[in-house]
Amino acid sequence: MKNKLFDYVERDNFIFRLSGLTKIICFFCLTFAVMLSYDIRPILCVFVFSFVVLHISEIKLSQIRLMLYYTMVFLLLNFILTFLFSPQYGVQIYGTKHVLFQITERYVVTQEQLLYQITKLVKYASVIPLGMLFLLTTNPSEFAASLSSIGVSYKASYALALTLRYFPDMIRDYNDIALAQQSRGLDLSKKEKLGVRLKNIMNICVPLIFSTMDRIEVISNAMDLRGFGKHKKRTWYAKKPLRKADYLSMLFCAAVFALTICISVFINHSRFWNPFI
Amino acid sequence: MKKKLFEFKTKTIVATGLGAALFTLLFMYVKIPTGIPETQIQTAYGVGAFFAAMFGPICGGLIAFIGHFLSDSVQYGSAWMSWVIASGFTCFIIGLVYPKLKVDEGIFTGKDMILFNVYQIIANAIAWIIIAPVLDIVIYAESPSLVFTQGVVAAISNAVSAGVIGTILLKLYSGTRASKGSLSKED
Repeated sequence: MKNKLFDYVERDNFIFRLSGLTKIICFFCLTFAVMLSYDIRPILCVFVFSFVVLHISEIKLSQIRLMLYYTMVFLLLNFILTFLFSPQYGVQIYGTKHVLFQITERYVVTQEQLLYQITKLVKYASVIPLGMLFLLTTNPSEFAASLSSIGVSYKASYALALTLRYFPDMIRDYNDIALAQQSRGLDLSKKEKLGVRLKNIMNICVPLIFSTMDRIEVISNAMDLRGFGKHKKRTWYAKKPLRKADYLSMLFCAAVFALTICISVFINHSRFWNPFI
Repeated sequence: MKKKLFEFKTKTIVATGLGAALFTLLFMYVKIPTGIPETQIQTAYGVGAFFAAMFGPICGGLIAFIGHFLSDSVQYGSAWMSWVIASGFTCFIIGLVYPKLKVDEGIFTGKDMILFNVYQIIANAIAWIIIAPVLDIVIYAESPSLVFTQGVVAAISNAVSAGVIGTILLKLYSGTRASKGSLSKED
């Protein structure tokens, strides 16, 4: 169990110098651009672009290896399950049927299904580096500041800042309690039956949650005493001022977003790009 | 003091922050395998339901939203937005039971228990059988039969988690609170 949520390592390059606000806006623009379109051509462009940016940001492979592994397993599972549950969904979407080969009566591989599933795969795969980029190149202290500057209530942003601040503490507490309970003979492994294991997990969760409840009391009193929430607005220590590069990046990502929408509306006349008609 | 449904005082903010940290931790590391492959009972939903019942809908909704978003982002690099929204929605609806409970005064009767579970089951059913699959289809154009099957499985396992773990936590926590008027003057 790693006790830090993100391996944030400060580096000095173009991506790291951008403000958190810029990164969050670019992230949303590109993610929504990919999410809303089902045309493989612009999606592939974003896919290539996100890997180029990942390269520029100098994030080490060791930082994201585990994420990549989980993601690949997930994508593969989704790919297989989609085919198992609805092998003809592509035909339904595109309205034509070009059979490649037949496995059984129900499972016929068609070009339409293949295009649908590959588009979906690339769609998910291109969003993932963007998420990683945002997480790994933004200073955790800057998260809350950038959220509140896009209009999220500062109280909600502060809750997120508290989450990031107390996550390592929670992990430490959890480990302490788990070790203490195990030294008293509590078995958390798969050898125990389901009911017993549930009870054992409760034996760790209950002290953890009750100590959290006490801590909530202490922290909220401390914040109240310092006058938290008195004013409508607050300033953030970690907030970075916007510069020329920030405006240009935001403009670029907004343009990509607008362009994919335009392609869907004016060229494809639907979310799907249909090469079969 | 009467509890307001949508109040957002300092204590609610802190409860949201710490609750979300707890949710993230449990969501990532503490799962109970059911024996069916790839289907685990998420203990996090039990804790989410507990916080929702203790601090109200805004706190509950944000805890599940932030917690699910962070753990997805950390594990997969990018969050699966339709399910994150459904998570937030579940705990938001459970939070609606908040003004009716008096757990922090040490009261959690059999009737409260039934009330909490009714809210919890309705919330899970709406979120996982309707909202999550519909958003999957709208946002990601997933195939309907796949997402509805996933939704039903998720609804059952999350309702079990919220029902069992949430109820036990509320009962235990109410036991640690001194109830109103429990002290009496000795004659």
